Amino acid sequence: MPELSIDRRGYSDPEALVSTEWVAQHLDDPSIRLVESNEDPLVYPSGHVPGAVEIDWTRDLNDQVVRDYVGGEAFAGLCGRLGIGPETTVVFYGDKNNWWAAYAFWVFQLFGHTRARLMDGGRLKWQKEGRSLTREVPSPEPVAYPQADRDDRRIRAFRREVLEHVRGEGPLIDVRSPEEYSGERLHMPDYPNEGALRGGHIPGAASVPWAKAVDPELGTFKSADALRAIYEGEAGLTPDDDVVVYCRIGERSSHTWFVLTHLLGYGKVRNYDGSWTEWGNLVGVPVEK
Amino acid sequence: MPESRDPRPATQDPAAEPPPKLAAFLENLAFFPDRSDRIQFLISVADKYEEVPEEVATRPFPKERQAPHCESEAYVWALPQPDGTLRLHFAVENPQGVSAMAMAAILEDTLSGCTPEEILRVPSDLPYEIFGRELSMGKTMGLLGMVAMVRSAARRLLA
Repeated sequence: MPELSIDRRGYSDPEALVSTEWVAQHLDDPSIRLVESNEDPLVYPSGHVPGAVEIDWTRDLNDQVVRDYVGGEAFAGLCGRLGIGPETTVVFYGDKNNWWAAYAFWVFQLFGHTRARLMDGGRLKWQKEGRSLTREVPSPEPVAYPQADRDDRRIRAFRREVLEHVRGEGPLIDVRSPEEYSGERLHMPDYPNEGALRGGHIPGAASVPWAKAVDPELGTFKSADALRAIYEGEAGLTPDDDVVVYCRIGERSSHTWFVLTHLLGYGKVRNYDGSWTEWGNLVGVPVEK
Repeated sequence: MPESRDPRPATQDPAAEPPPKLAAFLENLAFFPDRSDRIQFLISVADKYEEVPEEVATRPFPKERQAPHCESEAYVWALPQPDGTLRLHFAVENPQGVSAMAMAAILEDTLSGCTPEEILRVPSDLPYEIFGRELSMGKTMGLLGMVAMVRSAARRLLA
């Protein structure tokens, strides 16, 4: 199947996604800041899109003591250091079909930085197309970024809210593998201290592994029609639903949050970043198998 | 299946040191306490990764050679040599699997030519020693799987 251009895929917010070609044409655009965010810390230094800076999910986005995201001051410091001003359009991309890029995108939304895009197909597509990579790390001119409070209410769900959501029979999407969903295996079968004590899923959650949203050949997002067939036809969602998505630590579910929010236009989708590493270890919460 | 997280599993002599070449590599690595320096060093190691030669294996690689849990699709060959040592080869199918390539280059360079007994002295949690504990769970599992494959091959030869 030939690749369908982004503007012909029927997305509700096509501007949230840019193609590799678009990025190639904007490498020298001062209003754009490319950000690579990966699972593997060796990937960015081994070669990245020219001009791209790196955001490391553990070091830059997570608080180093509390299991939480950084606060407004640290976020403003991060952006300022990377040459990202409030008017800068940030284009995220990365390895693993943009898992961590989507995660960084989502964290930026917690701080209200709406000038954000994902590069469709991620780093692998750029690489497969034979586009140039460099090991030269840019040194952007630091800029001032106004400190903004993080808003956790709109697109983030905490365990208490998830429990209320379950009691109210609200829709949940579990984006982990079918084996994790069924409880057949925990993510770390031999290391229970790093996984979860209980296997299974949050009661009422539908299983839609994140990868269903991606064309396996091209690595790009499927068309809106194809996505609707998955999330509405198979999982039974409707665009007006109040949806909670989760995975193991919140990165894969950021990917699905992006799909539902920006590609299908759902108005109320929250990412439960505590996800299974919290729920599967919590005392007193129900688990379904 | 990956082995116990215990760095000293039953098959490993508690008093044993890693094979000399691996021990020397770990000593060199200790000169890079700074995270970014260590990353640069490991990238230079990954650059030395060489895929399994055609005379040993060609695509499609057999599933039984695939390291468990490795998202970078790493394949491992541990071939017994006439002198009783092992020759290691690797293939990493994901072009973004830089950590897996570094791990492959380290294992091939430091363990090829070792006896099975020496290879069983490799700590099963070696990836933590090399990459630190900042790697994600999925990535670490894959690297542990590569080490486990090499150790399993050595153990089979001694059985």
